[in-house]
Amino acid sequence: MTKENRAYLNPYLGGTLLGIVLFLAYFITGGGLGASSGLNHVQVAVLHFFAPAHVDRVGYMAEIGGGSRNALNYSGVFMLLGTLLGGALAGWFSGRLRWEIRKGPQISSSTRLALAFLGGLIMAYGARMARGCTSGQALSGGAVLSAGSFAFMFAVFGGAYALAWSLRRVWN
Amino acid sequence: MAPYDNLIHPGTLLYFVTFLLIGMGFGAVLEMSGFGDSRKLAAQFYFKDLTVLKVMFTAIIVAAVLIFLATGFRLLNYDRIWVNPTYLNSEILGGLIMGVGFIVGGFCPGTSLVAAATLKVDGIFFVLGGLSGVWAFGETVGGFEDFYNNSFYGRLTLPDWLGIPAGVVVLLVVLMALMMFYGAELAEAYFAGKVLDWRPSSLAKVAAATAILAACGVLIGVGQPTPMAKWDRLKGAWENKLETRDVYVHPGEVLELKKNRTLYVRVLDVRPESDYNLFHVAGARRLDPKDVAAPATRTELLSAPDNTVFFLISNGETASTSAWKELKAMGILNVYIIEGGVNKWLEVFPPEPCVAERVKETRGNEAEPLLYAFRYAVGSDSRAAHPDSIRTQPWKACPSPGAATGTLAEASLPSELPYPANLTFTRKVKLQRKVAVKGGCG
Repeated sequence: MTKENRAYLNPYLGGTLLGIVLFLAYFITGGGLGASSGLNHVQVAVLHFFAPAHVDRVGYMAEIGGGSRNALNYSGVFMLLGTLLGGALAGWFSGRLRWEIRKGPQISSSTRLALAFLGGLIMAYGARMARGCTSGQALSGGAVLSAGSFAFMFAVFGGAYALAWSLRRVWN
Repeated sequence: MAPYDNLIHPGTLLYFVTFLLIGMGFGAVLEMSGFGDSRKLAAQFYFKDLTVLKVMFTAIIVAAVLIFLATGFRLLNYDRIWVNPTYLNSEILGGLIMGVGFIVGGFCPGTSLVAAATLKVDGIFFVLGGLSGVWAFGETVGGFEDFYNNSFYGRLTLPDWLGIPAGVVVLLVVLMALMMFYGAELAEAYFAGKVLDWRPSSLAKVAAATAILAACGVLIGVGQPTPMAKWDRLKGAWENKLETRDVYVHPGEVLELKKNRTLYVRVLDVRPESDYNLFHVAGARRLDPKDVAAPATRTELLSAPDNTVFFLISNGETASTSAWKELKAMGILNVYIIEGGVNKWLEVFPPEPCVAERVKETRGNEAEPLLYAFRYAVGSDSRAAHPDSIRTQPWKACPSPGAATGTLAEASLPSELPYPANLTFTRKVKLQRKVAVKGGCG
């Protein structure tokens, strides 16, 4: 393990700061945090560039960026930009901004990258199915006491714990 | 009163900067908490490092306490903030799928962005996988739309579902989180092979737990404002609409809008049940004034389609105006009052002479009496109840003089309208769409 320049925050302190950011998001904009809808809009915008007619034909995508709608002019896309920027700045200040692959000790880098891609695909598919990801559903919905968000939260942990044992060699 | 989404318009620089800054705070905190490292995230599922659980639930309880303190002290209007609507089945299945993706890929969408931004190649691959995943969903959702949209419960919150005050629910969530934190500390020690110590590891943790429990105590003590209390706080913005009578709509306009197929007109009748049974506008639903502020009503009205226009009606304007204030404070859009109430409605669209007649003397000393004496309870079985369909539907007429009262005879379509064809009125309804800001990933 490479030596970090600056240690990670105490998780309870990190959580408190995250809670304050989440509260401010609700207080100012009336909405919470999120990432997967931003990804969705970026994806539709990219597809619209190459195949606008296809975007118009698929109902789910047309609602986001069909016709004259600009999929990128959307709060989630700006939040996504901010998340990238904030993450990069924090990583830079803490000396963690460098090219590397984080993986378990027993698997090769290419296996890790293939699994990361596959995991991202599965995760994003599930996130759109659930109408929100860990941030948009569990974190934001949980803070405003949405009933469905709590059911969702336990489903995520349930799904991950159920498969964790089978995949223990990937991470340990 | 917050939120200030009505000041932040899509497409402006302020909109861009606001969301960019919120995103920056989000990304920075995730990075500093170590969420850019997939190993740290995955360790959650082997009980070695429970940072994910600790950060997530700390954030949830801190944000929940702050949000409900803000709403309790009437700084923030809970009815106007975005609460993820509940689609139970798709949320549970989506959650399970995400759990699988989490353990396979080592990130969730938000954390993968931070990993990618700090140049972790696995994070970048996860984001690319994520873009493919949302694309795959968009292509396939058409095949299971019924499942995707079923088990819809609208804006269902835990306080509404459990029927207990929001402050108590926050306290329960905080207690659950504190117990999970305690269990997490023990689990980490156990899996690291340390000797288990049942005492909390530091005084700071005890102090923090005490502080958040105390905050819950304040929350429960303060309570959440009733719609009328919120009205007192918000009325500055709307009171003049009552004075200028901008929200009082002539019955003729209601009739015109009922014929407008792009709108969904709903008439809410806030009179006593007996008056409602005597006569009501066709399609009107009775809403007991004391149920106006009930959570079930709020949930239902808030999840009405975007193109719904609500009209409140009472005999005069007193009860409907007071319900209007409550609904307005609850954040319901497109609510109007029918000018002059049922009494004016019947004046504009007169009932059959054998059904009711206008009286000078009123029954008892009600605050808002019905000025028509009905021979029997007609409900909406009178031409006055549905003047919009009077030309197209078979209707009934008064029987010849001498026949028994209490019944209307079948008749052909009327040759002429029983009211002036061209009513003169000023149009007042302006459809307002729900604000585009939808929180989170929704």
